[in-house]
Amino acid sequence: MQKAIEASGISKKFVDTQALKNISFEVSEGEIFGFIGPDGAGKTTLFRIIATLLIPDEGKMEVMGFDSVSGFKELRKNIGYMPGRFSLYQDLSVEENLNFYATVFGTTVKENYDLISDIYSHIEPFRKRLAGKLSGGMKQKLALSCALIHKPGLLILDEPTTGVDAVSRSEFWGMLRKLRQHNITIILSTPYMDEAMKCDRVALIQEGHILSINQPEKIREEFSRKLFSVKAPEKYRLINALRSYPGTITAYPFGDSVHVTFKDDIYDRSVHDYLSSVGLDNVVISETRAGIEDRFLELMEKSTAPLSGGVGGGYNKAE
Amino acid sequence: MTNNPVISVKNLVKKFGSFTANDDLSFEVYEGEIFGFLGANGAGKTTAIRILSGLSEPTSGEVIVAGYNAKKQPEQIKKNIGYMCQKFSLYPDLTVKENIMLYGGIYGMKKALIKERTDLLLDRLNFREYGDRMIAVLPLGLKQKLAFSVAVFHEPRIVFLDEPTGGVDPITRRQFWEMIYETAGRGITIFVTTHYMDEAEYCDRISIMSEGKIVALDTPADLKRQYNAASVEEVFVKIARPKDLIPPAPFSRREKGE
Repeated sequence: MQKAIEASGISKKFVDTQALKNISFEVSEGEIFGFIGPDGAGKTTLFRIIATLLIPDEGKMEVMGFDSVSGFKELRKNIGYMPGRFSLYQDLSVEENLNFYATVFGTTVKENYDLISDIYSHIEPFRKRLAGKLSGGMKQKLALSCALIHKPGLLILDEPTTGVDAVSRSEFWGMLRKLRQHNITIILSTPYMDEAMKCDRVALIQEGHILSINQPEKIREEFSRKLFSVKAPEKYRLINALRSYPGTITAYPFGDSVHVTFKDDIYDRSVHDYLSSVGLDNVVISETRAGIEDRFLELMEKSTAPLSGGVGGGYNKAE
Repeated sequence: MTNNPVISVKNLVKKFGSFTANDDLSFEVYEGEIFGFLGANGAGKTTAIRILSGLSEPTSGEVIVAGYNAKKQPEQIKKNIGYMCQKFSLYPDLTVKENIMLYGGIYGMKKALIKERTDLLLDRLNFREYGDRMIAVLPLGLKQKLAFSVAVFHEPRIVFLDEPTGGVDPITRRQFWEMIYETAGRGITIFVTTHYMDEAEYCDRISIMSEGKIVALDTPADLKRQYNAASVEEVFVKIARPKDLIPPAPFSRREKGE
């Protein structure tokens, strides 16, 4: 399969922050590829390098067959970039923004209308409205239309769903899936683990490192232990009790339950006995499947020193 | 969590001209409860929160927050609540201690009390070495934890959190929720708004607003049962979708809904 992106050994430093540390990955044509990681992980820096807006200190980046440094002019014609911050002209209308982007890339709205029609049709009734007066969801649709209007082979979306409500987000993902029919490769970043499952492949990224690259289902399978979901009415007491139980390795709150791993994957009567001895009865324990976030936590534990003291710190002593 | 309501809303209506942003809301939130307040953009959440925090008057209905009436005693309400939003919380060019001093001072706390509680707080967070550092140089995770601690520094009855763990790493996120549990355990009510439904899963109860009304209010587990859904996200997408996607014309800044 053709590669849309081939990155090897990319590093980038800003004054005293090492934003990216020796990052390598490949994205195949036609994939939806997600970079999942918290703020400050290096996602935006990486995307700026891919979009030729930054030059890496080290490493080689090839995008759509062009070198991101020496071939940046050609490369730019082949990508659509939607930055995290809304960057359209607020004092131009919806229509004017779209026309402007089409013209800059030497095309017309008419020529590629079929590509954006699904997305643009939602905002077309407001084509005379200034971009700055649109709601968040509509701004996002306009920005996506503008990034697509020159029919790029690669679409780069930096945190497209941050601050967008769940309904608009699910619509947005629907649009991305439709774009696949047009043979457009999509890379996107998000701090939200639940969005990983919607990508073909994801890279988990933290402090400038890629922790893992795989299909989301495979990442879940990489979780190395048996995982248990523990529920009791008093969650905070439950977490602390589980951490003090000698057989516990990790105990982290997860929605309405606590996700726990036990030494040697052993879960038996003694857990209940222990919890009961500290006054926690009615505790329900069941084995559960690890999600992306469970695996992310596990990889973080391995890449950093065990957390000490403070509030929380899911770790129960060194193993 | 106790059964004492610390927020009590009866038939709250808020209109901006002909637009009804809050359409007959009634609900209670209890002392020490972690309450998730959800809704799509434009559903009327921000309008309601502005009323609950004494920044905006209800058009009609009765709103009691921390024992004070939102129409008649908004200043009393402000003294008894805390607020933390994701985007801005602390002054980056002040030190940790200066920020705490500033917020404590704004809430009228005595200097000696501020100092005493600052020491306790820095110890509890393992933050002592950061006391004289500027906020700007702190890692994001520490900033978030500190911002929360500052929001409850004056021991408010209720703290409002806007997407409290957006963008933080999974470990910090869990430490943050543990701080929330601990705070709720002390009887402070936690009122959370968020677009991220997996944050909602951590709440004791959640409400979902759509087009100015509360269309669902229950524990996450019960809502999932009622709507036969695997996650709160699924529940939300099922019931929070507005009838049409046409938003109302934007209001002027001052009277803006959301």
